[in-house]
Amino acid sequence: MIDEKLRRPMQAALMLLLVTCVASLLIGAGDVGVWRSLMVLFRAEDADAAFTVWSLRLPRTLVGLAVGMALAISGALLQAISRNPLAEPGLLGVSAGSALAVAIMLSLGASMMELRVGMAQLGALLGCACVLSVTRLRGVGNDPIRLVLAGAAFSSLLAALTSLLLLMDQRAADEIRFWVVGSLAGRRVDDLLAVLPSMALAGLVLLALVRPLSSLALGERASAGLGHHPGRLRLLAVIIVALLVGGATAIAGPIAFVGLVVPFLARSLCGPDLRRTLWLCLPLGPLLVLLADILSRCLVAPSELPLGVLTAICGAPVLIAVVRARRLPTLS
Amino acid sequence: MNNPSSLEAQPLPDSNVPCLPYEVEALTLRHGRYTVIEELQLGLPSGQLTAIVGPNGCGKSTLLAGLARLHAPAAGRVLLDGRDIRGLPSAELATRVALLPQEALAPEGLTVTDLIRFGRQPHQAWWQQWSEEDQRVVAEALAAAGLESLADRSLDTLSGGQRQRAWIAMTIAQQTPVILLDEPTSALDLGHQLEVFELLRKLVGEGRTIVMVVHDLTSACRYADHLVAMRGGQIVAEGSPGEVVTSQLVRELYDVDCTLVEDPVTGKPLLAGLGRVQ
Repeated sequence: MIDEKLRRPMQAALMLLLVTCVASLLIGAGDVGVWRSLMVLFRAEDADAAFTVWSLRLPRTLVGLAVGMALAISGALLQAISRNPLAEPGLLGVSAGSALAVAIMLSLGASMMELRVGMAQLGALLGCACVLSVTRLRGVGNDPIRLVLAGAAFSSLLAALTSLLLLMDQRAADEIRFWVVGSLAGRRVDDLLAVLPSMALAGLVLLALVRPLSSLALGERASAGLGHHPGRLRLLAVIIVALLVGGATAIAGPIAFVGLVVPFLARSLCGPDLRRTLWLCLPLGPLLVLLADILSRCLVAPSELPLGVLTAICGAPVLIAVVRARRLPTLS
Repeated sequence: MNNPSSLEAQPLPDSNVPCLPYEVEALTLRHGRYTVIEELQLGLPSGQLTAIVGPNGCGKSTLLAGLARLHAPAAGRVLLDGRDIRGLPSAELATRVALLPQEALAPEGLTVTDLIRFGRQPHQAWWQQWSEEDQRVVAEALAAAGLESLADRSLDTLSGGQRQRAWIAMTIAQQTPVILLDEPTSALDLGHQLEVFELLRKLVGEGRTIVMVVHDLTSACRYADHLVAMRGGQIVAEGSPGEVVTSQLVRELYDVDCTLVEDPVTGKPLLAGLGRVQ
């Protein structure tokens, strides 16, 4: 459904994304500079640089694409079902839930990749369930800021539990420390292939649900009046979010604020209709993640900042700006 | 007074909207343990505007929710064209009965056309794209509600009456023979109320069956063909406003004394000299 309102922002976002993807292949923290990388793209004989570009930067770019889409879509979905513009997987403890689940598995002796995806998704599902039960509490669901406060408290609790586990288990701590802050560094294509099936499944289900889900914006009764089942829709949306966030967390660790900033940006570009928002999230999510990732390689070169730190630095001011706005943008 | 009334009115001869008998049979609706409506019988005349009136808490909105299948009956049935609505697939019900709930919410920035397009959802399967038929119906709904010049305006920039007309246009785009409205005018000033009622009269004139819950008895008398007066979950009186509205009924419903006079212009009953029963 590419209509007039969507076309221009969509074209612009796709162009920018393309440029960013190329930049992500060219720019790095190491000593393979832009020029050498560019030569590799034109088939120059430079084994060192070729390895850096094709085996290090290409996989992390692909992972960035998948993670960005998954987080942005999840944010938009959570906002639609909770009717709250501040709902976001990172803020509401969904990511923290999946991080804790992975930490538990690791300390029980499982190794990193074999159980990570499924456990992360299960943890995300439990996190989602907690969040939604909070939004169903009287009074909280209607107040965006209280929901975020509840989510923040919940997130810190889960993060504290994760830290506790890591303190008690040195082996798990070593394996997980680089992961728990959220980063794309050192991710391989195999990691991506492990989560791609479940993400693709979530995407397919979402495609069938987009239209009914968009009607939730009109309120529960109006949605039912249009022949939908709001309760069922919410449940399915939660499962989709769990698959996406769990998958993204399993490869990149918990990354906050992407799910908040991107849908916010998308709505301001193409209006409040969920269908347009979701389409526009597809290029905008990876755009933001990759830009942040490129920055994370450059800011403190030759070492790297973790991506999660950077998205938090960029995202927190947006959250504060949204909350401070004279009137909170409503989804209802 | 409680018997299921025969379906008096037939749709206009030139109407293309089918007539769907809509009946309530021994309907009991509960909120948790609290019984709101018990064993209620009601027939809604096709092609007419029915107003459900009564004091706060009399069960009129609950009855409307029951008619729309938002509220599952504890006992009894709601029959649409002779079939229990519980047996109908939701999407099919939504092509026969449209609902405008009281708390009609719209996200900020949603335009009139965006809103009306939602009305097409019951007619679209998930794989179907927006069709020319959908486009035509939305344009017709815009025209029917007199909103052509406001099509691309955002809802939050409209007056209350215009906004309510846009919501009604959404139900028009749903192309249902029956439209249910829960207090469509409760938040509107006098001029905007008339704007909405006149639109509803026009839709009834095209052969639709409309059922609305209203607070204002005088408006109900003025615009409804059929009046259902409720108190305590029971139907107290039912029939054409001119026949059933008496000062005794007003006292019974609202504990208010009044004198009924005839509106010199419309000939409909008017409530005068209102005062609470001492």
